[in-house]
Amino acid sequence: MCDTCGCNVTHGNRHLLAPGGKLQKTASGGEAFTVLKNLLSENDHIAAHNREHFDRHQVLAINLMSSPGAGKTALLEATIDALGDRYRLAVIEGDLETENDAQRIRARGIDAVQITTGSACHLDAHMVHDAVHQLDLAQLDILFIENVGNLVCPASFDLGQHRNVTLLSVPEGDDKPAKYPVIFRAADAVAITKVDLLPLLDDFQVQRASGHVRALASSAPLLELSTRRDGGIDSWLAWLDGELAAYRTHCARGATLRPRIQPEGARLHGLAP
Amino acid sequence: MHELSVCQALLTQVENLARERNASQVLSVSLGIGPLSGVEPALLSQAWPLAAAGTVADNAELLIEERPVRVRCSQCGEESDATANRLLCARCGDWRTQLLSGDDLLLLQVELETAYV
Repeated sequence: MCDTCGCNVTHGNRHLLAPGGKLQKTASGGEAFTVLKNLLSENDHIAAHNREHFDRHQVLAINLMSSPGAGKTALLEATIDALGDRYRLAVIEGDLETENDAQRIRARGIDAVQITTGSACHLDAHMVHDAVHQLDLAQLDILFIENVGNLVCPASFDLGQHRNVTLLSVPEGDDKPAKYPVIFRAADAVAITKVDLLPLLDDFQVQRASGHVRALASSAPLLELSTRRDGGIDSWLAWLDGELAAYRTHCARGATLRPRIQPEGARLHGLAP
Repeated sequence: MHELSVCQALLTQVENLARERNASQVLSVSLGIGPLSGVEPALLSQAWPLAAAGTVADNAELLIEERPVRVRCSQCGEESDATANRLLCARCGDWRTQLLSGDDLLLLQVELETAYV
């Protein structure tokens, strides 16, 4: 049973909880208790708490996920150069080891908190919560969370972010969304990075990548980006502008934004649309 | 290998439940897992004994019900089976579908040995 609100007791399962339902002896002599609770409900609880922190200060939180080397930090550097004068930005960096990425961000005059996960292959809501308390949210407009470079594990953990962005760099090949469906399905926007390499790596077809993303029943826009060209991240900057405006509109109504795809726990708690 | 993290989170829930019910041991733990949860049932099964060792769930059997990927088409209304990387409508082929099941990551049931049995 849900410890907090009982919201997961529905018409479909109420009978299991009633006396004489599944609360009876089993073949092996024990008592069976129906639970119907997300495995990561504790993480999801902290994630909701993080989201409340962000919303209190109207800070748009964006989770960046990709394989290692897809260009998450380079995209953030270019974003800081382009938007640093207009918006107050900060970054939470997730890596197994080193402060390297946080130092790259700080070199541009932006606050960065480095989370070193040791052997953990993903960020979870607890780690982000600790990092958030090292930042002054009242002084921020957008918080970027650069997840651990990994196309598998980060997809399963809600951090409290408002939007997910999954990066796919051209050298990785256009079929990554078909190979790693969970993380690309979670994306509110897919950033195709290093498109300046398309003339060299002509086996990467943006159209094919797009087809693989649509096959995940995703309407996420595909943003073609290069941090090495003038105007190469304009579509990303426009997307950010749009998301920040939408977020502020939601906040003004006392609502929040959530990633398009919600983990099971959020749906059970009636949080998803 | 985030399955160990998932197992530890699961174990915390199971231990809490066992404590609330004054259980002497946990006999079995039933999960419902879909491929779009991002959690691999086989890896979870391997991680479970490591996480549960020395706890009230030490001897508990982990039962995993693998949930099918099912979608409903927003265009033609058909409900059909799909696969993790191809969530298209089986009837009209449209990509604008809604997931009905397949991203489940649920603790369904815990079987406890209690003092009153």
